[in-house]
Amino acid sequence: MGTNLLFVPGNNPAMVQNAGILGADTVIFDLEDAVSGEQKDAARKLLKMALESITYEGCETSVRINAMDTPYWEMDLKIVAEAGIDGLIIPKAEHGKDIERISDILDTIPGADGVFLIPLVESALGVENVYGIASSSKRVRGVFFGAEDYTADIGAVRTKGGEEILWARGRIVNGAAAAGVEAIDTPFTDVEDIEGLKKDTLFAKALGFDGKASVSPRHCGLIREIFYPGDEEIRYAIRVIDTVKEAEKTGKGVASMDGRMIDKPIVLRALKVLRAAGIKEDFRYE
Amino acid sequence: MEKRNAKAGSLESSDLLVVIEENKPGEELEIVMHSIVEKQYGDRIVQIAHEIATQKGLANVRILIQDRGALDYAIRARIETAMERFERGL
Repeated sequence: MGTNLLFVPGNNPAMVQNAGILGADTVIFDLEDAVSGEQKDAARKLLKMALESITYEGCETSVRINAMDTPYWEMDLKIVAEAGIDGLIIPKAEHGKDIERISDILDTIPGADGVFLIPLVESALGVENVYGIASSSKRVRGVFFGAEDYTADIGAVRTKGGEEILWARGRIVNGAAAAGVEAIDTPFTDVEDIEGLKKDTLFAKALGFDGKASVSPRHCGLIREIFYPGDEEIRYAIRVIDTVKEAEKTGKGVASMDGRMIDKPIVLRALKVLRAAGIKEDFRYE
Repeated sequence: MEKRNAKAGSLESSDLLVVIEENKPGEELEIVMHSIVEKQYGDRIVQIAHEIATQKGLANVRILIQDRGALDYAIRARIETAMERFERGL
């Protein structure tokens, strides 16, 4: 999974070719807002060629395609999926059936089996429907909250404190958790305000978000630092899972570690830590 | 009458600006290239432009390239985009 996702303008060669070394877990090449209508063809072609020739080591690649109410999205999707992309960000997601449709198209593209989807929920209707969106396809890996468009849609003033998005953030986290997928928080848009970024990111983590997007490489390190679990946390999580597995194997009804019972919330938290650390763990708590 | 033409790219660092113009009837493919790395990569850029023009069957055009240190993938992408726009009459 990616704890920090970085937007990179899709029609800027200097940024596209250096995207892998900017410190992001997941790069989001943007074909939507960062590219004007008359340059969509150029950006699509540039990304196709980049994906086919550049090795992005150490980070996942994804593309924010254009919204499904535009004439561009289907061509975006096919070209980048065929060129080899790890995931797609679907803007203005409002209904699970739209995500299903994209998933069905990907099913027909050779080599796109593993392409994950992250719907971007950024409207009042999208927030209302977040669980349906999050659970619409097995390809959905997470739900991403877009606060700028959302606040415009509900008629609220966007502030650094974020009081106006508190309810929506909670609903996103809840919908994602209910569907068993990640919740990705909205970017902090003041590139210069690192203290504000820290406060906002710590708050997002406390709310239950699994990661946060950013619009500047300057934000990647701090977001990663906050969301990425520490060594001790990872070691503890591994011990928890090992202990529960051992208890299951030996037929013990209840697992305990360090004199403390390991119940479901502890296991789920441990699994979340391992996921955040990029450690694959197939254990399912029954 | 203005010559039919199309362009793609920019003069930003790591990019290139490609302009394709219709030549007079009977004239051959012409490639004019300026690059900040012309001494080392000039021939390569011309070769890529020639390859793509041949693949697309564009023989009667003038291709003007101003390169700002673009890598191969970007050179190909911009030239192909300009040619596709030219063919679509954009």
